[in-house]
Amino acid sequence: MRFARACAKKQVMKITPLGDGALVVEVAEKIGDAALLHVQALVRELERNPLPGTIEIVPAFTTVAVFYDPAKIGSMDALRNELMARVPRTIPRKDKSVVREIVIPVCYGGDFGPDLAEVAAQAGLGEDATIALHSGAKYRVHAIGFAPGFPYLAGLPEKLRIPRRATPRTRVPAGSVGIGGAQTGVYPLATPGGWQLIGRTPLSLFRPENETEPALLQPGDRVRFQPISPEEFAAWK
Amino acid sequence: MEMTVLSSGLLTTVQDLGRLGHRRQGVALGGAVDAFALQVANLLVGNAGNAPALEFSLTGPRLKFSGDALIALCGGGFGDLPDWRLVRVRAGGEISLEKCRAGCRGYLAVSGGLDVPRVLGGCGTDLRGGFGGHEGRALRAGDGLKVKRGVLEAHSMRPDAALHHFIAPEIRPAYSRSPTVRVVRGAEAGEFSGEFFQHLFTVEAHSDRMGLRLTGPQLERRAKAGELVSSPVAPGTIQVPPDGQPIVLMADAQTLGGYPKIAHAISVDLPLLAQLRPGDTVRFQEVALAEAHRLQQAREHALAILREGLAEKLH
Repeated sequence: MRFARACAKKQVMKITPLGDGALVVEVAEKIGDAALLHVQALVRELERNPLPGTIEIVPAFTTVAVFYDPAKIGSMDALRNELMARVPRTIPRKDKSVVREIVIPVCYGGDFGPDLAEVAAQAGLGEDATIALHSGAKYRVHAIGFAPGFPYLAGLPEKLRIPRRATPRTRVPAGSVGIGGAQTGVYPLATPGGWQLIGRTPLSLFRPENETEPALLQPGDRVRFQPISPEEFAAWK
Repeated sequence: MEMTVLSSGLLTTVQDLGRLGHRRQGVALGGAVDAFALQVANLLVGNAGNAPALEFSLTGPRLKFSGDALIALCGGGFGDLPDWRLVRVRAGGEISLEKCRAGCRGYLAVSGGLDVPRVLGGCGTDLRGGFGGHEGRALRAGDGLKVKRGVLEAHSMRPDAALHHFIAPEIRPAYSRSPTVRVVRGAEAGEFSGEFFQHLFTVEAHSDRMGLRLTGPQLERRAKAGELVSSPVAPGTIQVPPDGQPIVLMADAQTLGGYPKIAHAISVDLPLLAQLRPGDTVRFQEVALAEAHRLQQAREHALAILREGLAEKLH
C-alpha cells in the first residue's frame, strides 16, 4: 500500500501525559488510513507484549492512550522509554491485519429516516439516488468512542456531506443511521443527537451482554450499508 | 436479605470502582465519582473495597431493610445517619438519607454487598449505556435490592467493638466547599493564558456524573491553535470548549474528546471535586506528575492500613 510506505518515512511520535494515570502516544497528525494503520499496529504490539504496569489500551484516530498503575510501572522514564522503543518497530509496511467487512442492513426513509427528504434536497438528488449513493459507498471505522459502540465512519461521498440539524433531537432511537458533516454513523443507543437521520438498522451495535465483543464494530472494519424494506426490517432477528 | 427503596432521591445508582478494559469500545470507566468514600464505606462493613454499593446525590433515598444489616455511610453527610462509621440496622428498620447535610454525594455500603450481576467486568450502573447496576438505571421507589451474606453475619453478627470505630477526619480527603484541587498540566496547557491558576471557578447547576461544569474568567486559547483531532480523555481531564468555560470530566466521562485539555485533576483530589455542589467554588494548583504519583501511593497505603486494621477488628 503506497500511503503506508509514504507515511512510514516521516513517522511522527509524541508522548504526552493524560493526567496521572495514562500516557498518550501520538503516531500521526491527521486522520486517515495511514494513521489508522499506525494506531492499530501499536495497539497490536502493546497487546502482544504488554508493558509492565499497564492496565488498559485505548486507541483513537491518531493516538493511543496507555493507562497505567503508577505503583507498578517502575518509573515514568521506564514506561516512556519502553513505549518509545515499541513505536518505531511497529511502523506498518502494509496492512497485515485481516480486515473485516461488515454489512449493515438499513431501512431508509419513512419513519426510520425522517430527514431523508431534507438530505436529498440539500444534495440535489432524488431520495432513491440518495439511498443509492449512501449504500453504494465503502466506509471504514476509524475510531469507536464518545458513546458505547459508536463508530466513526470515513468515506461519506462529498455530495452527502450535509451539516447537522440546527436543533438536535432530544431522543434519537437506537439503530438510527445519520449524517453529520463529513461523518456518517449509526447511533448504537437511544440518545439525544443532532445528525440528519436517513434510516435505521435492525442490527444492535452495542450488546453489553457480549463480554468479549460488546461493540459490533471495531477500528479498521470496512462497512457497507445495504438497503432493506420495512418488511425485512420487521422480520430481522 | 433485601433492601427496599421507599423513595429514590434525585439520582441513586449502584456503583463500584468502574469497569476497566472496555473504553476502546466506547464504554465509560464509570463507578463511584468519589471512589475513596465508596471504598471506605465498603471496608467499614467488612466488604472488599470495590463491592457494589449505593451512590446518591444531593437528595438521598429512604430505605427499608428486611433483615438485620450493618451499613456505613461515607462521602457526603445525609439524613441523621452517623457517617464514616459502622451502623447497625435491625430487621424491618428504615433509614432516611433525604437531606444532604454536607458534600454532594453519599455512599452507602451494606455488609455483604449488593447482589447485582457483573456486566462487562463491573457492577456499576452505566446510565448512558443503560446497563449494569440495577436494571441499567437509577433506582425508583419500590425497587428491591438483594444483599449478599456478609462476613460479619457469618461471625454471628457481633461486631459490637467495631461499632465504636470511625474513620478519623484526618484520614479523609480535605473535603471543602471551596477546595484547592491539584492538577498536572494538560497537553494544550501552553495554548492558554495564565489565568487558570489564579482564579476561582464556580460549579454550575447542570453538572453530573459525566462532568463538572465550571464558570469563571473566560479562558482564552491562542487564535493560531487549530482544531484538534479527538483523542482519549479520562476522569479528571479538564477540557475547555470554545466558550472558554472549563469542564472537569468525572467518572462517566466519554472515552474520546476533541476539546483542548488545559489540565488534569490528580487522582487523589477527584473526591474533592465529587463532593462539590452547584454554587461551590474551586481553585486549581499545579503539581508535578511525580508528586501526583507519590500522593496516590500514600493514599493507597493509607487504605491498605485501614483494610488490615478493620479486618483485624471485624473478623
